Amino acid sequence: MKAFTYERAHDPVAAARAVAARPGARFIAGGTNLLDLMKIEVETPVHLVDVQDLKLDRIEPTDAGGLRIGALVTNTDLATDSRVRRDYGVLSRAIVAGASGQLRNKATTAGNLLQRTRCAYFYDTNMPCNKRKPGSGCAAIGGISRQLAVIGSSDKCIATHPSDMAVAMRLLDATVETVNSAGETRAIPIADFHRLPGDTPHIETALAPGELITAVTLPKPIGGRHIYEKVRDRASYAFALVSVAAVIQPDGTGRVALGGVAHKPWRDAAAEAELPRGARAVTAKLLAGAKPTHDNAFKLPLAERTLAAAMAEARTTA
Amino acid sequence: MPNMPEPVVSRRGVLAGGAATAVVATSHASARTGDRPAADPAPVKVSFKVNGERHDLTLDTRTTLLDALREHLHLTGTKKGCDHGQCGACTVLVDGVRINSCLSLAVMHEGDDVTTIEGLGTPEKLHPLQAAFVKHDGYQCGYCTPGQICSAVGVLDEIKRGVPSHVQADIAVSPAFSNIELRERMSGNICRCGAYSNIAEAIADVAGEKA
Repeated sequence: MKAFTYERAHDPVAAARAVAARPGARFIAGGTNLLDLMKIEVETPVHLVDVQDLKLDRIEPTDAGGLRIGALVTNTDLATDSRVRRDYGVLSRAIVAGASGQLRNKATTAGNLLQRTRCAYFYDTNMPCNKRKPGSGCAAIGGISRQLAVIGSSDKCIATHPSDMAVAMRLLDATVETVNSAGETRAIPIADFHRLPGDTPHIETALAPGELITAVTLPKPIGGRHIYEKVRDRASYAFALVSVAAVIQPDGTGRVALGGVAHKPWRDAAAEAELPRGARAVTAKLLAGAKPTHDNAFKLPLAERTLAAAMAEARTTA
Repeated sequence: MPNMPEPVVSRRGVLAGGAATAVVATSHASARTGDRPAADPAPVKVSFKVNGERHDLTLDTRTTLLDALREHLHLTGTKKGCDHGQCGACTVLVDGVRINSCLSLAVMHEGDDVTTIEGLGTPEKLHPLQAAFVKHDGYQCGYCTPGQICSAVGVLDEIKRGVPSHVQADIAVSPAFSNIELRERMSGNICRCGAYSNIAEAIADVAGEKA
């Protein structure tokens, strides 16, 4: 691990100022992903600003009838919250489908959104990777790509976003609230928060340097059956090959988002409109234009079958 | 992290990687990297309790909680397995909650209350889970055992507090102890000897249930 200096911030704007003032500075909260990457020197911050004292660890109702989830609410606490389990079941389900109990106890809501890809070539510093070292190339393209993206990728990067939680947040139309070093706040729709790789796969989110996530808000509950189906190589503690987050209404309409297939949670309104016509109609639209590799072409039929399973589950539990 | 990328080594990749090291990073990347001071930063003071006893330490910022426990406080019961949060051998309880001590910086634990395997019981007076692991032969080599036991303490408390799990049929209701719940909740602790069935028996015994 590269050496770094450390400070503990006491208010959000001061934290944003501390990171903005110092190129190479980073926020640290749970640290479960950042420290992992620092140990192998994929991440090499010169300064860490510890945000654990910012009092952003509460879940509160909003005036709009939704919930404001503080950036520092742990994954465990968010999944356990009775309001989340009752009204946003897909979010609880997605969170407990990811990582291990120990990691969920430490990982935060904002940190989960900001976690980096688990592409093997991103982790291996002997390999070219445009995300880790811009301009160096992509060893994943033409390499072992079974876990990697089938849609929304570019000729610079075929990494996937690893989060389960983010897929549910996308499904629920969450909003990411931030503050910057000047004290200015903004609200970023989750659809615009994560970027596609394009020519700059190292720029993963809409955040400006030093911009701090303070909360993630959920709009008022939408009812329906909440499903999260995750397909992975073992029954627990593994990343998704494909995951499906869905809310299905009694009339067969609803929402669908996919995880494990792209650089961000994958959702499309036109595809959702096909829900009453079945899983095949939905995935035909949702994955139109997919560019799978030889290794991961199985994800296309797998996505359709996983969605079909989710829809069947919604019918049986309705 | 779980399901770490498979090691990828191919002649083609190694050659490509070698060539790539000559590529100059873009200005954007160097702005993100920042300038690193030539000298290592000064050590930082931190105080926390371990097994009820307060410790004042002065540490390199890079020191993980795991290394602080093992190398500085010489509490070697907590084990270093993968050092990346994948195996669970380093599991300790911080303010009663189980975490991977390898993925947490010691300097971030100011004022915290850490419990390690040494704080759960003594050879004369074992913690019920320690006694149950002995009784049910819940180990072979024993290297993962301290992490398994600290994790199990956390699991039983999480079930009591109603923390949900992936295997619940209804996410809205409080979880109940079962073998399948236990296996899911203990999935962050790997035992390469494969003592899982006996580990499950030991934990079930303490929970007052059948594994």
